[in-house]
Amino acid sequence: MRHLLSTGDLSRDEATLVLDTAAELAQVSGRSVKKLPTLRGRTVVNLFYEDSTRTRTSFELAAKRLSADVINFSAKGSSVSKGESLKDTALTLQAMGADGVVVRHPASGAAHRLAGWVDGAVLNAGDGTHEHPTQALLDAYTMRARTGRVEGLRVAVVGDVLHSRVARSNVLLLHTLGAEVTLVAPPTLMPVSVHTWPCAVSYDLDAVLPKTDVVMLLRVQAERMQNAFFPTAREYSRRYGLDRDRLARLPDHAIVMHPGPMVRGMEISAEVADSARSTISEQVANGVSVRMAALYLLLGGS
Amino acid sequence: MTHSSAAHLIRGARLTGRDPADILIRDGVIAEVGPGLSAPDARVVEADGLIALPGLVDLHTHLREPGREDAETVASGARAAAAGGYTAVHAMANTDPVADTAGVVEQVWRLGRESGHCDVQPVGAVTRGLAGERLAELGAMAESAAAVRVFSDDGMCVSDPLLMRRALEYVKAFDGVVAQHAQDPRLTEGAQMNEGVVSDRLGLAGWPAVAEEAIIARDCLLTEHVGSRLHVCHVSTKGSVQILRWAKSRGCDVTAEVTPHHLLLTDDLAESYDPIYKVNPPLRTAEDVQALREALADGTIDCVATDHAPHPAEAKETEWATAAMGMLGLETALSIVQHTMVDTGLLDWAGVAERMSAAPARIGRLSGHGRPIAPGEPANVTLYEADTAWEVDPAALASKSANTPYRGMRLPGRVTATFLRGTPTVLDGKIQ
Amino acid sequence: MCARKRAESDAEASPAADPTAPGAQTARTVLDGPEIQRALTRIAHEVLERTKGAHDVTLLGIPSRGVPLARRLAERVEQVEGRAVPWGSLDITMYRDDLRLAPARALGRTEIPPQGVDGRVVVLVDDVLFSGRTVRAALDALNDIGRPRAVQLAILVDRGHRELPIRADYVGKNLPTSLRESVDVRLAELDGRDAVLLGPARPRPGEEDDR
Repeated sequence: MRHLLSTGDLSRDEATLVLDTAAELAQVSGRSVKKLPTLRGRTVVNLFYEDSTRTRTSFELAAKRLSADVINFSAKGSSVSKGESLKDTALTLQAMGADGVVVRHPASGAAHRLAGWVDGAVLNAGDGTHEHPTQALLDAYTMRARTGRVEGLRVAVVGDVLHSRVARSNVLLLHTLGAEVTLVAPPTLMPVSVHTWPCAVSYDLDAVLPKTDVVMLLRVQAERMQNAFFPTAREYSRRYGLDRDRLARLPDHAIVMHPGPMVRGMEISAEVADSARSTISEQVANGVSVRMAALYLLLGGS
Repeated sequence: MTHSSAAHLIRGARLTGRDPADILIRDGVIAEVGPGLSAPDARVVEADGLIALPGLVDLHTHLREPGREDAETVASGARAAAAGGYTAVHAMANTDPVADTAGVVEQVWRLGRESGHCDVQPVGAVTRGLAGERLAELGAMAESAAAVRVFSDDGMCVSDPLLMRRALEYVKAFDGVVAQHAQDPRLTEGAQMNEGVVSDRLGLAGWPAVAEEAIIARDCLLTEHVGSRLHVCHVSTKGSVQILRWAKSRGCDVTAEVTPHHLLLTDDLAESYDPIYKVNPPLRTAEDVQALREALADGTIDCVATDHAPHPAEAKETEWATAAMGMLGLETALSIVQHTMVDTGLLDWAGVAERMSAAPARIGRLSGHGRPIAPGEPANVTLYEADTAWEVDPAALASKSANTPYRGMRLPGRVTATFLRGTPTVLDGKIQ
Repeated sequence: MCARKRAESDAEASPAADPTAPGAQTARTVLDGPEIQRALTRIAHEVLERTKGAHDVTLLGIPSRGVPLARRLAERVEQVEGRAVPWGSLDITMYRDDLRLAPARALGRTEIPPQGVDGRVVVLVDDVLFSGRTVRAALDALNDIGRPRAVQLAILVDRGHRELPIRADYVGKNLPTSLRESVDVRLAELDGRDAVLLGPARPRPGEEDDR
């Protein structure tokens, strides 16, 4: 594979390879020299059309730990804000000799388009409401690190599935890795064809929680209220938010995940976010290892 | 235009696909039709094995002039139309400025006459500036030199039910027709492609079939209520077909068109994220395509209209969401109809003549077009070689734009000659 | 994202690597199981002698086949001295100088014993010493982990053809070879039996084979 655009493109072996590689590379974070020479002389461009400090710095750190030269190219204050098209930007990066382009873009499919315009590897760091493959990979990595496996895990993904690139990437990847995914949301926040996805669907969080090993909460933006996806934040929170009472319905071994940024008090209560069962800060740390693995596997060879 | 006044003797063409006959064209009209004709003064056009069709008529063309002459002009669009076998096209009103006054429609009409390649019949906007708020001066456009009969806000839906009712009523005074772009705006806010399995997977905002079907149902009921005439642009769903069938069975005076691309292409093409497949209405599912073919065959859908929508390269070489909607159609329409309707046995060549010439001319009230190939009729004739194939090269098209979804595809059949009132606009496959 | 499986990339990519496979009749055994065992026993004694009892020694095997060899050496030292010697593994993939000549390789394991490497005498262990490039990479990898007091190299087979100024401190067997030959080490832990095989070289486009 030349690019990482969708978790749907990963076979089980490939996905496992990313996780295994990440597990080895995680050691680097614990060493005094937190750097590997592997991508020395290679150039990685972070092309971010949306603000995302978390994802951008994670990719930046990953690339730097592999000794790549990193160029941050954000849409603000650049030629992009002066109306340059994605294609022209791509051709500019091409001319600069970018070996890898990490792209975050508000338009679904932007990473696919970019892959057609540049010779280097394209890593999708989130495209619109389509996919966010490295997030799903780090989520799977975190599940494996915490529970020892992914296969057979019962994972509930709760929240704005309709607009979530994290949900799409996770459903595809977790299915490939043999987990049993249940999507939980009000029907308005489910895609109309969700019954064709390789997962179960429920509108009742309380019924799902006792049969869940991993509960993954998705951010719910308050502006969805304006479009009548749900009546009020309070009602959403009451029906689908994870608070202490709901946490008690989970099996004792179950973990709570969130891709961040969280809306405390909406989809997750503060005490759940900060509880020992929450993997939220681990997910951030694991993100660097998984992105190192992706960068190495895409850029490290011929 | 070197042969404009010359007589032409078309030898051995199969009239709408039937037995071979000769066609003598003189002074812009068909002088004689029959076997073994001779006319020593006429230029002979050998048409052995070719199909003769009445010149094609398009109810739905975007020529982009005035405003976007970089994408298409009336002249370049007329050449593309001729190359596709068309002798008349209806130029949609969504130009800049909008064709919502007698002045603009007369300008477009005049540009078409000057081009000489194809009659260009302007469509007038229903509402001022296509804003969907107040009626444009429909009567003035009807009485202008362009004699507008088709009114449409195409690109935008006349979504206000009261305004739609008034428009339908108002055009009765001059035998006009409202051609509705059926798309509920609220149900399609930000919509990018057909809502379904593919859009959900690709994360592209869905464009539900019901947004089209609900407007068609409403408009059929309104039309019936006020006793007017409705035309439905670019029908794209199975549900729309069922509603039209029901409305027609009730006696509603509704006609409908389908585009060639909706007869062939499906929404899974969007998986490439290549906006060459982005169009309004969106490409639908294979089930919809099948329903549309059957509806065109049984007459529920009256005609084929291209929705020829030229866009400059930069409007398509971009991410899907920002790309312009629309695709070229004039130069490939007949081939696509052959491929989807004739080669599948759903329609014979007489049916093609009805759906691509007679019916659209009738709906648009174009008296000089869509007539049978018979003595005394205007000599608008298209010669078509069905038993051939060609590969679509966007750069070789006559349109100023290249946004054809059939790029690189092998399509059956080619237009070898087009006569506009006796004048060949295309001869030996070349634009004259 | 098509990294190759480690085992395949090391020895088993080609059917010629398997002496039982057709076309591999020319591969012959140059060291059998007992000879390998004796060589390792001798190396263990040499390590003890040279390091004066191996008190500060840490054995690090280079994956894949260096790792079981390091473990066997550690066992022998323990048998002789009655004292455990820390051993682990050091993957060198990320330090290879030929990464760009082949698709990305799957990583081997790096497991450094809890004592670390600072101030220790690290004995790197591998199966075959050829060009020396693997050892060069291992020295770089080691340098990023800590600062050993000294680094030594133990090798089961030295087949010559060095491309870098590197030599082994402990050698199981010196095996003069031609570049048209390949040396394959089989170990019971990974391959089901112990043997060193000499066969015709396998063409590996773009890959510098450190065997």
